[in-house]
Amino acid sequence: MKRIYLDHAATTPVRAEVVAATVEYMTTKFGNPSSVHSFSREVKEGVEKARAQVAGLINATPEEIIFTSGGTEADNMAIIGLARAYAAKGKHIITSAIEHHAVLDTCKALEKEGFTVTVLPVDEYGFIGIEKLQAAITADTILVTIMHVNNEVGTIEPIAEIGRVARENGIFFHTDAVQSVGKVPLDVEKMKIDLLTGSGHKIYGPKGTGFLYVGKGIKLNPLFFGGGQEKKRRSGTENVPGIIGLGLASELAGKELETEMARQAVLRNMLIEGLLDRIPYTRLNGHRELRIASNVNISFEYVEGESLLLSLDLQGVAASSGSACTSGSLEPSHVLTAMGICHETAHGSVRMTLGRETTNEDIEYVLGIFPPIVERLRAMSPLYDTKGRECGECTLKK
Amino acid sequence: MYTEKVMDHFTNPRNVGEVENANGIGEVGNASCGDIMRISLLIEDNIIQDIKFRTFGCGAAIATSSMVTELVKGKTVEEALQITNKAVAEALGGLPPVKMHCSNLAADALHKAIEDYKLHQNEGVQRLEEKVSV
Ligand SMILES: Cc1ncc(COP(=O)(O)O)c(C=O)c1O
Ligand code: FES
Repeated sequence: MKRIYLDHAATTPVRAEVVAATVEYMTTKFGNPSSVHSFSREVKEGVEKARAQVAGLINATPEEIIFTSGGTEADNMAIIGLARAYAAKGKHIITSAIEHHAVLDTCKALEKEGFTVTVLPVDEYGFIGIEKLQAAITADTILVTIMHVNNEVGTIEPIAEIGRVARENGIFFHTDAVQSVGKVPLDVEKMKIDLLTGSGHKIYGPKGTGFLYVGKGIKLNPLFFGGGQEKKRRSGTENVPGIIGLGLASELAGKELETEMARQAVLRNMLIEGLLDRIPYTRLNGHRELRIASNVNISFEYVEGESLLLSLDLQGVAASSGSACTSGSLEPSHVLTAMGICHETAHGSVRMTLGRETTNEDIEYVLGIFPPIVERLRAMSPLYDTKGRECGECTLKK
Repeated sequence: MYTEKVMDHFTNPRNVGEVENANGIGEVGNASCGDIMRISLLIEDNIIQDIKFRTFGCGAAIATSSMVTELVKGKTVEEALQITNKAVAEALGGLPPVKMHCSNLAADALHKAIEDYKLHQNEGVQRLEEKVSV
């Protein structure tokens, strides 16, 4: 059976070149970068090259890059590390309602340390409002942490504006750019970003790799103590093969960013328009234009997301959903809820995220199998009799 | 994550739709995740002659709906009332722990449909009695 992977926002396959590079640093070049002999030197060189490759992707300098075990650790390191380092200056943090839990739950954890957190609301497309941000800033604010691209709906936040506002107010700005690194042009200088999180496995690099960019002169209390690696900011022998893979993946992503994203945007539009055209009672979640080239998120009214995913999977298509039934916690996606989308509509949401290997034929195949799947489930759904109702009339709206 | 049985009932659900001349209807919503299930049935001579379902829910919800209709079709009302959530889940070869609540939906809708039938029966009896006393 044809298998089509449309879940690139969850993770990506590692590129063959990257695999080869990581293997080299597990086998022939295996030394510990902290040692003094030649085995160490060649490895150290490799790590520093990777640092420069990562820095190059976001217009930072290599010294500003700290390697981590992934996006989650980088988010934790940025928020907790900075809050603790600047607690004497202020104890207020601003974030948004649609952040990844690596940010939201980290902020929540800091509340237990006496910090206060403002969670900014978003509009129907998932945008935070600059005025709302401005209004939330107090004399006590030390950090604004707002993601660049949302992982569920692909909304691109106005981070250059957020950076400007933060800088004007003397507040640090951290952005979780896990979904945008290598996909949307990033320039930490121009965008006035103080800290930035990236992850390797979203850009065809290895899982368990990531980085935090920390602008020069910014203090950070370490979370890990030990051998003092990464300039004492992240102790522990480096995940060298992972770092090498992350570096190469970053460079390659940067090289093909423009052409690849233009290509994917065409496929994305084809998928969005095709589904909205072919299937009635559908709704695009997120903004039509200001979304990442790889993201499609559509709600199919009167059907439930997990049963859609199962049906798609039976025909070889891998996707994800914001339905309560897929969440484990039995709550619909906090992102869709924050966008004011009612529970029933969130229930029928399907996210398809494209990648390097996605082709025109893949999209055509999906467009072909999708309508009968929705039709079958709708025929089974007792809600379909109420079709045509407005979202606000949801019987289940909390 | 699901057993073969669950996937079978999900892909080829039995007894989907509405019983046209139903004399009992039960609709329940799942408080935990917001799913909805509706069962319509026809009971004659205390036997469930026909039963159909419609479900808005996950794979487990659809499969348990289908299984419950299969389990009780042709059974007496008393036998049908004995069907528990656990029995439905077991008949499907088990459900993942997070999906156990989905089986509540199916058994609850069945019980509600039978209650609805009984209510109508009583009303009928009452109406008959009224007629007699007039
Ligand atoms: C926006 C966002 N932040 C953080 C993470 C976590 O990254 P990692 O899986 O590398 O820990 C993810 C990935 O799921 C993400 O999408
Ligand atoms: S019915 Fe929602 S999780 Fe099964």
